Amino acid sequence: MQTVRVNGQTHSVDVDPDTPLLWVLRDVLGLNGTKFGCGIAQCGVCTVHLDGHPVRACNLPVGMIGERSVTTIEGVDNADPIVHAVKKAWTNLDVVQCGYCQPGQVMAAIGLLKTVPNPTDEQIDSAMSGNMCRCGTYMRIRKAIHLAAGETA
Amino acid sequence: MTRMPLTTRRAALFGGGGLLLATLWPSASPRASTGMLVENATAPFAPNAYIRITPDNSITLILPNIEMGQGIYTSSVMLIAEELGVDLAQIEIEAAPPGSAEITGGSTSIMTEWKPLREAGAAARTVLVQAAASRWNVAPSSCTAASGVVSHTPSGRTFTFGELATEAAKLPLPKEPTLKAASDYSLIGKSQHRVDSAIKVNGTAVFGIDINVPGQKIGTVAASPVMGGTVRSLDRDAAMAVRGVVAVLVNEPRDAVCVVAEHYWAAHKGLQALRPVWSENDNAHVNTQTIYDQLHDGLKGPAIIPSPKGDADAVIAKSHSTYSAVYQQPMLAHATMEPINCTAHVRPDGCDVWVGTQVADRAQETAADVTGLPKEKITVHSQYIGGGFGRRLEHEYITQCVQFAKQTSYPLKIVWSREEDITRDRYRPAYVDEVTAGLDEKGHVTAMKHRIVGPAVVARWDPPELTKEGYDEDLSVATLITSYTYDVYRLEFARREAPGVITAWWRGVGGTRGLFVVENFIDELAVKAGIDPVAYRRELAKDNARAVAVLDRVAKDSDWSDPVPKGRARGVALQFAFGSYMATVAEIEMQTPETVIIHRVTAAVDCGQVVNPDQVVSQIEGGLIFGFSAALYNEITLENGRVQENNFNTWRVMRMNEAPRRIDVHLIASTEDPGGIGEVGTAAAAPALANAMASAQGHRYRTLPLLSSRNQEKEAAR
Repeated sequence: MQTVRVNGQTHSVDVDPDTPLLWVLRDVLGLNGTKFGCGIAQCGVCTVHLDGHPVRACNLPVGMIGERSVTTIEGVDNADPIVHAVKKAWTNLDVVQCGYCQPGQVMAAIGLLKTVPNPTDEQIDSAMSGNMCRCGTYMRIRKAIHLAAGETA
Repeated sequence: MTRMPLTTRRAALFGGGGLLLATLWPSASPRASTGMLVENATAPFAPNAYIRITPDNSITLILPNIEMGQGIYTSSVMLIAEELGVDLAQIEIEAAPPGSAEITGGSTSIMTEWKPLREAGAAARTVLVQAAASRWNVAPSSCTAASGVVSHTPSGRTFTFGELATEAAKLPLPKEPTLKAASDYSLIGKSQHRVDSAIKVNGTAVFGIDINVPGQKIGTVAASPVMGGTVRSLDRDAAMAVRGVVAVLVNEPRDAVCVVAEHYWAAHKGLQALRPVWSENDNAHVNTQTIYDQLHDGLKGPAIIPSPKGDADAVIAKSHSTYSAVYQQPMLAHATMEPINCTAHVRPDGCDVWVGTQVADRAQETAADVTGLPKEKITVHSQYIGGGFGRRLEHEYITQCVQFAKQTSYPLKIVWSREEDITRDRYRPAYVDEVTAGLDEKGHVTAMKHRIVGPAVVARWDPPELTKEGYDEDLSVATLITSYTYDVYRLEFARREAPGVITAWWRGVGGTRGLFVVENFIDELAVKAGIDPVAYRRELAKDNARAVAVLDRVAKDSDWSDPVPKGRARGVALQFAFGSYMATVAEIEMQTPETVIIHRVTAAVDCGQVVNPDQVVSQIEGGLIFGFSAALYNEITLENGRVQENNFNTWRVMRMNEAPRRIDVHLIASTEDPGGIGEVGTAAAAPALANAMASAQGHRYRTLPLLSSRNQEKEAAR
């Protein structure tokens, strides 16, 4: 049995400790907002927050998480001004296309704005380059992050 | 009832000289006029395959094309809502089931649905208004429909659509409903927010991979790494010993194995423990070079000549000079962000399939074939697609899923690893092209011939579409079908099917394939003639006002006539494909031969009447980036019949830090019938970039991917 704290709730899950957090979220806890893309931390569609910092869930063994708390796209606090501003910017600019990578993009963007409230293009590129988008929505992601930053500044 | 978009596109391109796309479809879609008259008093008003209004005023639009990022749910809703008189916020949407779902591909959705969806909305609105008018005993002309309400203007009385549903269902539908004049549009042509934005931002959108059916188990698959191999042995006990594994399955053709578990990770570990051994065959001798050699060999010898204009050989022989160049393009994977997956529950009395597919009808047919059940016992639940790009025009993964699921009593979800997704993709084929032009003393074209060597994808995908002569008309896009007018022109096709792989459609299909060659070659001719590349194209396209207009606009918006900023270079491309015109300028910087910074991309697009302008811009932005990614980096290679690229560490995808600094898209206002847009940007990417790189480096880039060392080696060998 592994114990993991997700979105404020503690769960005991019957998996091996080497099981990546991604599959605990998706296949055991039924939290499907976090996506599977590559399994080797190359694409970022599985981005979640660990104690508030963006990490890739696909190569994070559940047994290594310990007391740290996991937040997924389902569990972000909509009352938080940054979360609210990011989601609003994303819908206002219609960033999404297929949308599969977008929960990961949103989690990465929230993480960025928590540490860099008003990022430059270069800071955005650097923070977001681990999150691939096959539809090529990068232009709008950049814009949306600036827009969200402006809202919360 | 299912129409074939690729057929449509070809017929459009050939039947109408490339301009008469809208005349292909009868004025009223059969689906729009065969509504059932519903007698049941509590039954919904469902006048056609697209609209369902229940007495409790729930309004559902059932959409024939699947959403895979291109924004078609939003624009389809806009077309129906414009005429029906509902707000985007008050409707629910569903994906159409097989039978009324369309094949979604070839950038055809808006072209084909432009009229039928508006007619469906107009027909429904007409009878709703009639129902209200007869209740009030007033003339229908004194009533209006908007926001899901019919109002009698003089008296101010209103009924919701729901209140009228039962009566409306009893009224005959007009055969040719009156459509709004363009000047009266309240939605069409005005940017609307995507109907799927919020759910895709908050993570609640359900993609095929997110299906969670009660009792389901999860399997992951390995197919033979060499095409045609079958499983010879496997370590079943080792796989079953992995905690959480519940079954090891081999499919009926024995070309794939599946380990089923309570969750993906256990299935993945089980598959590693299973260690399947596969039979080998001749495909195990195929290497990338085998395929390229075969293509280059096809530059000589017989070819199909689909539609010659004049005697190209004779005119070229008599010309002042001639110029010739050979181009090579690699195989490409789709690598959609959502890996291939499918869920099926096979029971004695029926089968449910949950899947993201561009071909719902084929999904149903293959499930019927595999299970032996009649088609009407197969229910296909179409889900959001996490990237299509042509990959989900294939249905072999649905076949495979049902082959496994018929062995289980529980619903089975199969999820391919990324490695499986890339190495068992069906690939955009490799091609070799040779173009030869006869030139006059000023360097203008007197005659052109263009030989394409490669597979005919349609021969497998939709065999009746291969012409009697063996020609695949998809290859005409950007070659025979072009903005340019040639007095003498000959296209040749030497078919060479690639051994060891299955070839398939890939975003932009003929447009992406052909435009790289043609726009690269035209650029070479311009440079050779010492004529500005925009001016050279303008002369060649002078008979085509829409092409000239996008070219002029992009020249203006990109500051083409201003000096290029220091250290930078520009490249241009002009296209007519999918019924739309586009001109593109890429402005780049190359600090070394291996690094390309794309500073700025400017595009002018004339896609006829625009439905949702902001989403057209979005498709151009994204399509360009998708195309740049492939053009710079991507090539599928084979060694001993085995695909070598297998995940995003070896299959490079453009990332945000590599994306253009800036993309500006200008839409030309037009009242022409709409053209397609989903693939337009992708087709423009490689030629605009290759021409900019040629300008930067002083040598041509005739081989894709552009960063391939072959471009440098060839220059060195000159």
